[in-house]
Amino acid sequence: MKTDDLIEALVQDVARPQRSTAERVLGATVLGGLVAGLLFAWKLGIRPDIASAVETGRFVFKCALSVMCMACAWWACLQLARPEVRWKNVAAWIAVPPALLAAAVLYEFMAMPPVRWYELAVGRYASTCLSAIPLLSIVPLAALLIALRAGAPRSPATAGAVAGLLAGGLSAALYATHCPDDSPLFVAVWYTLAVGTVVIAGALAGRRILRW
Amino acid sequence: MRAAGRGDAHAYRDLLRKLAPILRGFARHAFLRYGSSAEDVEDIVQETLLAMHLKRHTWIEDRPLLPWVRAIAHNKLMDHLRRSGRRQHLPIDEFGDVLVADDSQSAANGLDADVAIGKLKGRQRDVVVAMSLEGQSARDVAQRLGMTEGAVRVVLHRALRSLSKVLRDDQP
Repeated sequence: MKTDDLIEALVQDVARPQRSTAERVLGATVLGGLVAGLLFAWKLGIRPDIASAVETGRFVFKCALSVMCMACAWWACLQLARPEVRWKNVAAWIAVPPALLAAAVLYEFMAMPPVRWYELAVGRYASTCLSAIPLLSIVPLAALLIALRAGAPRSPATAGAVAGLLAGGLSAALYATHCPDDSPLFVAVWYTLAVGTVVIAGALAGRRILRW
Repeated sequence: MRAAGRGDAHAYRDLLRKLAPILRGFARHAFLRYGSSAEDVEDIVQETLLAMHLKRHTWIEDRPLLPWVRAIAHNKLMDHLRRSGRRQHLPIDEFGDVLVADDSQSAANGLDADVAIGKLKGRQRDVVVAMSLEGQSARDVAQRLGMTEGAVRVVLHRALRSLSKVLRDDQP
């Protein structure tokens, strides 16, 4: 086929409107969020002492961090869907949630006596955290990866990982309202492990299905 | 490109015709440098044009167009080198200065595209052949195949996507 012939075929197709990546990713996040939200309401539900919990700084920080994670991953996701954007261009955004978490851990080390550190980090429901967050993430991650197939990421694995961070942040935000373990030490260990699992799953899946 | 976003076919054709020689120069330069066969230059040009078309919404208006085009061409080139068994790291910045037009091969055939069209399913193949090689309009094709014009456009769009997938997956 001659290149001019190909161009003719492309020109004939130009009138079809294309939806932007932002719309697709938004759609996937809302859809995934609804499914995860229903699953959460059905199986877990918000903790009963929510009224007093929202008055504690630790609980608010835990929820805010998850939402922050979502917001940064959302922005990075939209950037990485473009072919000319490299991971370095979004690295500063991705670094925000870990930096906040590190600051909170330092604060907790100063606020709590060393004898309580171990107990706070281990918490009470670590295994629920480790299973609930990845399970809640499955549908959002799948929806996001499908949405991102319309993009053209320079590195499919990186884009998949960031989609995993967005899905994991979403699930963490939901789970945070159920989980009675509020210490930043608990969040640093178990939430990080749980969301990390989703990030790795996203990277592995992205490497396969986000090629273009 | 902005006009193309509004569906202006003439502007889009002009743009693609201007970009093709630039891509050709880009691919030729890279092939010379990495010792790949120069016969494949036209394949890279065509794969890049097709990918640009299918991913045109990832270009943001008001951003410079050429870095975006170059990134897509780079991706297609890396794919190509990977398939032909070379593992090269091609720093994209080196192409900064070599966006030089090269008209020498405009009459050449892209062999991969021919193979890929052969692998499309019946109706998709008919529509692509009619609208590219034979240069027919959607209306003509619709009349000949007894379809509506809208259906022809849908088939064309799906065929272009299949073409891109076949080019990506099925090569040696």
